[in-house]
Amino acid sequence: MTNLIEIKGVTHAYQTPNGPLPVLDNLNIAVPEGEFAAVVGPSGCGKSTLTRLIAGLMKPDTGEVWLHGERVKSPRKTVGMAFQNPVLLEWRSILDNVILPLEIVAPSMPRKQREARAEELLALVGLQGFESKRPSELSGGMRQRASLCRSIVHKPDVLIMDEPFGALDAFTREDLWQTMHALRASEPFTAVLITHDLRESVYLGDQVFVLSGRPARTQYVLDVHYPQAEGLRKLEGLYTPECAQMLATLREQIQIAQGRHPEQAVH
Amino acid sequence: MKTFQKIAVPIVAIALFLAVWEFLVWVNGWPNYVMASPSDLPEAYIRFWNLFVSGGWQTLWRTVAGLGLAVLFGTALGMVMGFSRVARDALYPLLVGFNAIPKATLVPVLALLFIGQHNFNTVLMAFLISFFPIAVSVGIGLSTLEPEYRDILRSLGASRFTIFRKIALPKTLPEFFGALKVSVTLAFIGTNLVEIISPHGRGLGALFLSGQTNSNYPLMFAVLIALAVLGIVLYYAVVALEKIFAGWAERPHG
Repeated sequence: MTNLIEIKGVTHAYQTPNGPLPVLDNLNIAVPEGEFAAVVGPSGCGKSTLTRLIAGLMKPDTGEVWLHGERVKSPRKTVGMAFQNPVLLEWRSILDNVILPLEIVAPSMPRKQREARAEELLALVGLQGFESKRPSELSGGMRQRASLCRSIVHKPDVLIMDEPFGALDAFTREDLWQTMHALRASEPFTAVLITHDLRESVYLGDQVFVLSGRPARTQYVLDVHYPQAEGLRKLEGLYTPECAQMLATLREQIQIAQGRHPEQAVH
Repeated sequence: MKTFQKIAVPIVAIALFLAVWEFLVWVNGWPNYVMASPSDLPEAYIRFWNLFVSGGWQTLWRTVAGLGLAVLFGTALGMVMGFSRVARDALYPLLVGFNAIPKATLVPVLALLFIGQHNFNTVLMAFLISFFPIAVSVGIGLSTLEPEYRDILRSLGASRFTIFRKIALPKTLPEFFGALKVSVTLAFIGTNLVEIISPHGRGLGALFLSGQTNSNYPLMFAVLIALAVLGIVLYYAVVALEKIFAGWAERPHG
């Protein structure tokens, strides 16, 4: 299987008044086509920098980012992005917000076709009937659903998500996780999800990459064997011994990444 | 009922204001060269109505022309300051300093620079006095745009211009109209300033001056009221434009 996303030996530092601040140190990540990679790590370890590098919004100091066998040097139309803040445009209806990327990527696509595509996605995330509403009329969870639709409306190869569920309450978040699986079942994309939530990383990810503290390198890679062979993953699976074991491993790795020895942290 | 209330309440307020004014003049026994009363005004309007119409038109078009220039120049300046830190650092003190100068002191300067060009001088003053709020608010609106907004389109390879047209510009509209409401009043003041101070002025300001020269006090008060009405008309014209172009920013009443 080919790797759709390949990050090879990426090192990056920000220039600050107090000298260079290294954020990524010889980082390696590979995501096969169609897989879902979750990235976890301590706060401020450079996870958001990683999303900007994959999107081509930034160039690394050294190392290479490859998408689909091509080296990333600038932004490309085959990428979709979603952030913690849904950043919907208040002056557009929900439908027109979702259409926005198509206006850039496929300017010649007829309006009818764009609308049909957006409506199809909105129905998939449970937002049918809200097409003509303004973003301010929707709840936080609904806005994030619309934001997800916008990030994949142009059928990107790669979906990059920077803590998209971070600002939602626990129940809404679980709903959105299930929506994410529904989207994956009908839309072919390879995903990178930055998150702080270990349960989220196990429930959504095929692989979980644990980054070390700043400067970040790949400290640990967990292959998720979700306790369910077929169909969309069920939330109940999170409460099985298999998942408990995976979560314990991840927790231990995060503590190491934070510079704490796991035994010390247990009381 | 709601619409009726919306129209009736301000009309009642204006009627009350006029009644109190009339009452104060009557109670204090002020002669009309101290303080004209509302009942003196209709006579002035009837006698000089053609001067009111032509003067009002001159004041109006020069204010709107000056404001139009302020919108163009202020927006351009705001864009430069919004996109470039260096430009912002360079221009800000200059602009603040210029804005602090009492504009009345510029009237003789302009009168000497462009002798006899009364229309030009007046439009120029309306422009000079009113571009500042627009430049500042557009500049701040653009420079405080959250990076994520830019990244949604930038990650798709959209050009800077496309990002400006589709996101930055519409997102700045509420701030722009907020500033325009201040600017429209300022431009109006600028126009009247030149009309009143400069010799051989025209428009309502000049009509005020001729009332003063001829000791026609009811005429002076009539001009002031006409100016107030014109100011209200201009202000609500901006509010109407705001409703059309930035109505989305209004919170639903709850």
